[in-house]
Amino acid sequence: MDFSFIIQQVVNGFSLGSMYALIAIGYTLVYGVLRLINFAHGDIMMVGAFLAFIFVGLLTGWKFENVTMPVFLTAVGFSIILTAFIGVLTYVTAYKPLLDKNAPKISLLITAIGISFFLESLFNVIANQYFGGNYQSFYFPKWFSQVLHFGDVTVPILTILVPIITLLLLGLVLFILFKIKVGIAIRALAFDIQTVKLMGADSNKIIAFVFALGSALAAIGGVAYAMAYPSIDPYMGVLVGLKAFAAAVVGGIGSVTGAVIGGFILGFVEVAIPGFLPELGGWKDAFAFILLIFVLLFKPTGIMGIDFERQRF
Amino acid sequence: MKKWNVKTMTPGQYFALIGIVTAVFLAFLYVSPKIFSDYTITVLGNIYIFIILAVSYNLINGVTGQFSLEPNGFVAIGAYVTAILMLSPELKEEMYMLAEPLPLIRDVFLPNPFFALLISGIVAALVALTLAFPVFRVRGDYLAIVTLGFGFIIRIFLINNPQISNGSMGLDSIPPFASYFWIGVATLITVILIYNIVYSKFGRAMKSVRDDEDAALAMGVNTFWTKTSAFMTSAFFEGIGGGLMASSIGSISPDQFTFMLTFQLLIIIVLGGLGSMSGAILGTFLFIGGMEVLRPLDETAWHLGPIHGIPGLRMVVFSLLLLLLMLFARRGLFGDKEIWDYIKIRRNNG
Repeated sequence: MDFSFIIQQVVNGFSLGSMYALIAIGYTLVYGVLRLINFAHGDIMMVGAFLAFIFVGLLTGWKFENVTMPVFLTAVGFSIILTAFIGVLTYVTAYKPLLDKNAPKISLLITAIGISFFLESLFNVIANQYFGGNYQSFYFPKWFSQVLHFGDVTVPILTILVPIITLLLLGLVLFILFKIKVGIAIRALAFDIQTVKLMGADSNKIIAFVFALGSALAAIGGVAYAMAYPSIDPYMGVLVGLKAFAAAVVGGIGSVTGAVIGGFILGFVEVAIPGFLPELGGWKDAFAFILLIFVLLFKPTGIMGIDFERQRF
Repeated sequence: MKKWNVKTMTPGQYFALIGIVTAVFLAFLYVSPKIFSDYTITVLGNIYIFIILAVSYNLINGVTGQFSLEPNGFVAIGAYVTAILMLSPELKEEMYMLAEPLPLIRDVFLPNPFFALLISGIVAALVALTLAFPVFRVRGDYLAIVTLGFGFIIRIFLINNPQISNGSMGLDSIPPFASYFWIGVATLITVILIYNIVYSKFGRAMKSVRDDEDAALAMGVNTFWTKTSAFMTSAFFEGIGGGLMASSIGSISPDQFTFMLTFQLLIIIVLGGLGSMSGAILGTFLFIGGMEVLRPLDETAWHLGPIHGIPGLRMVVFSLLLLLLMLFARRGLFGDKEIWDYIKIRRNNG
């Protein structure tokens, strides 16, 4: 148990936590505006990773080994745009009609589960039909897996890059929310949806923007996740999505900064506990929920302490 | 909206009606194996178990209006508790290959199916209490995510603790006490019990929580305990359903109790109409029937013009069905009404 081992674990925790954070931001934004747990969000992240895989395939003529940096970044860019579009599509086709009809909340939640299961089974069929199996290796340029040496600590570039990108994106989201008109509209919507409508703002456009923003971040998270594990499968979003939601609650649901903090905490816990207590390794996936239950018991508002009666984001 | 022109029954009439229903159903259970093929009887037995699960799932999702995704977890608990109780110590010694069984797990032996099922239900209900307590203390929203996570945790638990559950190998040679007849009897008892819960003072409290929680609180309903006990009741019957499932299949493993089971039950109760017991029963018949009819969609040999069957296509169709139901027929077959609301007879319960 030397110092470099601890540093190694911290870096890994940061990296894993960033992926949870990217997905948790989407949960927290949608929950803040609609008070809806968007169960499909984890699967949106899977869609992002899958689309990146498909675009890389299309651009390289299905010779994945040849993927170069410009090709990869183009593919990821396309994937982010298309995933954002799919996120908006779920809102427009499934959630909006229910909201318009003033349907009870349970209908929205059932729809969310329905979308989630639909995306999973759809990509399951696509993967089985066209790629010959559920599990696919995810190819990316070699540059990302180059190893950097800091004394005894060895870190792949990817592991450092992901947290940096996450923090930059957090800055971007905070900038949008607090400095740009649409962001101010989002916060107003989270505060009181009826009054915003009375003020003449088009609440549908604003909510659609929230879905697009959340889905784009989920796509980035999905690509990062696929690169870290280098594989994708249609059900990869389920567990990650659930954990990211737990992270959002731990950080204080409704708070974007809280979502990132919650994601980092969860990443640390998941890396540190099996690292220091290997006999608990099989329980890795359960930590998120134990953490969630404890937060609900002792500090339901989460770390950032968002109380929905008083403040937003 | 209450219909005041409903004819209510006296207690005598009510018990006569229950007696007639029981007699007719028992006669059907006795006669049907002699009329139908073995395949039909197997499907019918499966439908009966799903009726138990759907009706009890409906109690928390439909009647109390708290969105929960728990059934697969509690069915797994029920199945494992029943299996561990019913297997003899010698058999368990032989079966647990990945690790020595814990002494407690090895020695516990209760060959009586009735008590084994009862204990399965109680264990599931106690687990439900520990889950529901933190959630309902805060806000009901989190119930769905906590129960969904619980479904995953229970699978991780079963795989990682071979000294309790024999890991991913699962358990087999579970005594087949759950014959077609006894599954039918258990289903009948469950349906009658849950009917009486729904139309009791307690059931009215659940509905009041669903329709307007603040108003219910203002009228003196203890919403926290109403939600918690509805959740526990539903877990109790799901545990029993799990025990029956374990016995009728004969072998269990952690992979049998995935989220797919919960999703199927969700479609059933939405199809029948959230909050309607008769809807849940009819929905089970329609769904399991539909699953059998759409089976070719999963088989590559099947094709209709240019459309070929692809493994997994059936679940795409069913999830689309759920989405369309929510968009265009949110109330399902019966809404929150019952068949007997349409013929305007109801038990007089004050």
